[in-house]
Amino acid sequence: MLKVSIYRYNPEVDDKPYMQDFDFDTQGKDLMVLDVLEQLKSQDTTITYRRSCREGVCGSDGLNMNGKNGLACITPLSATVKGNKLVLRPLPGLPVIRDLIVDMSMFYAQYEKVQPYLQNNSPAPAIERLQSPEDRAKLDGLYECILCACCSTSCPSFWWNPDRFIGPAGLLQSYRFLADSRDTATEERLAKLDDPFSVFRCHGIQNCVNVCPKGLNPTRAIGHIRNMLLSRAT
Amino acid sequence: MVTAVTSFGRSGTSDWLVQRVSGVILLAYFLFIGSNLIGGVDYIAWKALFAHTWVKVFSLMALLSLAAHAWIGIWVVLTDYLTERLMGAKGNVLRVALQLLVMVTIFVYVVWGVQILWGY
Repeated sequence: MLKVSIYRYNPEVDDKPYMQDFDFDTQGKDLMVLDVLEQLKSQDTTITYRRSCREGVCGSDGLNMNGKNGLACITPLSATVKGNKLVLRPLPGLPVIRDLIVDMSMFYAQYEKVQPYLQNNSPAPAIERLQSPEDRAKLDGLYECILCACCSTSCPSFWWNPDRFIGPAGLLQSYRFLADSRDTATEERLAKLDDPFSVFRCHGIQNCVNVCPKGLNPTRAIGHIRNMLLSRAT
Repeated sequence: MVTAVTSFGRSGTSDWLVQRVSGVILLAYFLFIGSNLIGGVDYIAWKALFAHTWVKVFSLMALLSLAAHAWIGIWVVLTDYLTERLMGAKGNVLRVALQLLVMVTIFVYVVWGVQILWGY
């Protein structure tokens, strides 16, 4: 029997959060963590979590599983269970709404700051703005982000300054538009990032790279932003 | 944009660059001092070494690098842990007080260091 320990907190009933233990029979299968949660929820319907696509595309079920952030739907038990124990907690550093659901407002506020949309003030061409295959290739490794928040909530700099440090997810998206040959707001974007917090609170510990379920590298993108800021300022 | 009047250069890019350059200078200086200490050193040899103007200039450069490096580094640590968000208003009071203490200490060390380098 797999020992599953789940973080429970219902602010309408509980004074404080507690861990609830369950025994779970995997029947020898290497299930995904989300499958375990679904089956436990069929026994105890009060267990609360977000989920949607169940295949690592929507980014809803970001959780902290045995101490490491990831998507429950694409994390097999074999990849996370140690010593027959599975500890499930909400993503660290964000306020808990209930059980495994966190309030992502601060995360989205940082995402909003980087203006994650194409800005181009030249007249729109008749059909579309063209881009060479080489310029398009610069966006690979950036556009795939699904905003699950696994990276930003594994980053100590984001834990301490979620209101001032943009965080790995936001900065990856920031660079996605800085690197886009069709975007003409590069200077305005960089001017907003020059302060000591927005970008430079990153100390390159690469927790973000370690947990990204899509295999992206925010630290590298942050390095590119830093280089752009340096060449702009020198 | 977030502004921070107590940071060293008022700009993240500037602080980052100063932190890196001062780090390299400090590494070079400690390797230099280490290479002189490794075979053992007596007072005569030590005094002769610091009689060279370039050693005094290099030492002052390292001292100023240490001052800038410490200012930036401590400021980053303090703005991580002692903030209004984590501790309420007393976080700001505590942080600014400690920051001032660090600045005063750095100032004393720099002036004292200059006196040691050129005073003996």
